[in-house]
Amino acid sequence: MDSSSNLQPKAKRPFDIHAVRQDFKVLHQQINGKPLVYLDNGASAQKPEVVIQSMVDYYHHNNANVHRGAHTLGDRATTAFEGARDTVKRFLNAAAREEIIWTRGTTEALNLAAFGLGHHLQPGDEIIVSAMEHHANIVPWQMLAERTGAILKVIEISDQGELDVNSYHQLLRERTKIVSVTHVSNVLGTINPIAEVIEAAKKVGAFTVIDGAQAVPHMQVDVQALDCDIYVFSSHKLFGPTGIGVLYGKKTVLNNMPPWQGGGEMIERVSFEKTTYNVLPYKFEAGTPAIAEAVGLAAAIDYLASFDRAAIDAHENALLTQAQTLAADCPWLKIVGTAKHKVPVFSFLMDGLHPSDVGTLLDQQGIAIRTGHHCAMPLMDRFNAPGTARASFAFYNSAEEVTQLFQALEKIHRLFT
Amino acid sequence: MTSTDLFLNNPLGVEVQIDEVLDAFSFLDDWEERYAYIIDLGRKLPAFPEPEKTAENLVHGCQSQVWLIHHIDTDTGKIFLLIESDAMIVRGLAALILCMLNAKTPEQLLQVDIDGIFAKLDLFRHISPTRGNGLRSMLQKITLIASNAKS
Ligand SMILES: Cc1ncc(COP(=O)(O)O)c(C=O)c1O
Repeated sequence: MDSSSNLQPKAKRPFDIHAVRQDFKVLHQQINGKPLVYLDNGASAQKPEVVIQSMVDYYHHNNANVHRGAHTLGDRATTAFEGARDTVKRFLNAAAREEIIWTRGTTEALNLAAFGLGHHLQPGDEIIVSAMEHHANIVPWQMLAERTGAILKVIEISDQGELDVNSYHQLLRERTKIVSVTHVSNVLGTINPIAEVIEAAKKVGAFTVIDGAQAVPHMQVDVQALDCDIYVFSSHKLFGPTGIGVLYGKKTVLNNMPPWQGGGEMIERVSFEKTTYNVLPYKFEAGTPAIAEAVGLAAAIDYLASFDRAAIDAHENALLTQAQTLAADCPWLKIVGTAKHKVPVFSFLMDGLHPSDVGTLLDQQGIAIRTGHHCAMPLMDRFNAPGTARASFAFYNSAEEVTQLFQALEKIHRLFT
Repeated sequence: MTSTDLFLNNPLGVEVQIDEVLDAFSFLDDWEERYAYIIDLGRKLPAFPEPEKTAENLVHGCQSQVWLIHHIDTDTGKIFLLIESDAMIVRGLAALILCMLNAKTPEQLLQVDIDGIFAKLDLFRHISPTRGNGLRSMLQKITLIASNAKS
């Protein structure tokens, strides 16, 4: 079902920030009498008009259940839905479309991974995660460890927020069965050297799972080059709709995983004596899937692909550099996460202030950031912080918005001194 | 000072009444002045006894840590409250709540139009259930104390 038209290089749209911002209606509004500055993209990103329109069009013209044949709308819905799978396959450069499993999001995908790999574990076997994981990449493994008697091991991180690769290599041994690490930290912005992590895990025969939730909005990912067993992400952080996400898994790995949820779609034949299961990817997709959401996610990926990736990267790097430069002039502000390789995620603390104070007073000025523990309590403990304030940028944020953020922070600082 | 004294010496709701705050607010023009006022009010919160910073006294649903304890005066039946937080704005809003609710009998306390006052101060969004700052659960806890004291 691979549509060949997408294989031909299309002329890329020039990256003009003002034009880009026009694609996002939600950005153009006032909050508390000030123009909205949306810097909470790490929590959930905004959707360009083409994504919203793709879902409206789907409902206006093509809506029906999928894989049921028999009528035209059903065919159209199935074509759109399976076409979206092809789009994700190309996006991740997966080897085959069957390797793309729809989930509700990163969280569900990681739970599926933990469920599916669980039967390989014996008591005393080890699962490795890092100290900078989101709870979604901790708790499913803890639950699995509890179920199987396996042990959870944690890769240390440095004060800059970089993975301590030495500590990782020391943890790796024959008993290591699973290594599950985030590609990019949602709090620190650190881009982890996952190619190296994966390669080392392979040498001891461990399965590798990568949490790509914060990576895919900021970089091109090639799962074949990485050679990981599983890679997961959420649509809503990638400018697509909520309610859908992806688990990429190597065919050999997925075929070895037992079915998860039972129901329609995932079966080949059901009788009360014996049920046989459907082939990949349907084996893991019980019930009616999120069809319009798959269509919306594909539209988001196509939208991103309409730009030259290097131009987006340059813009995002410029935003991060600008924020770091401005921060250097604020002695009362401390950046949490100063890794050499970072996406434009900017966590910080202000002298004498709780992050929630910062969040409230930024909102008063129209600026949306996230404050709190960011679902990474072990990481907060590591940095001995009650939480952080986090500004996370997307490619539709502008240099003016970074300036506005720092003007607003100056104002807050003055209010308290 | 015994901990009962700490309760009885709390100026909020006694010397500093909510009418005074409402009055002052009407002269403040922009959000910066209003927040500066609230933050200042928070500085009037009396010291909170360290041993009372327990899990039991923690108010849930707050990003910051918020503790709440109370004392009921047997002679007057009045409820005295102490609140502590590590966030400045929550401290200020807690002080505001004490101006409305502290040192009142359960009946008086339950009659206060809390939502109305917050709306008048243009601070209602801070106590809306969608805000994760825990002020809503703080208010629920106080109302529960009053309801229990009444019956
Ligand atoms: C690194 C990381 N992993 C996992 C998740 C969970 O994603 P979702 O809530 O979309 O399932 C998030 C989202 O905050 C995240 O940042």
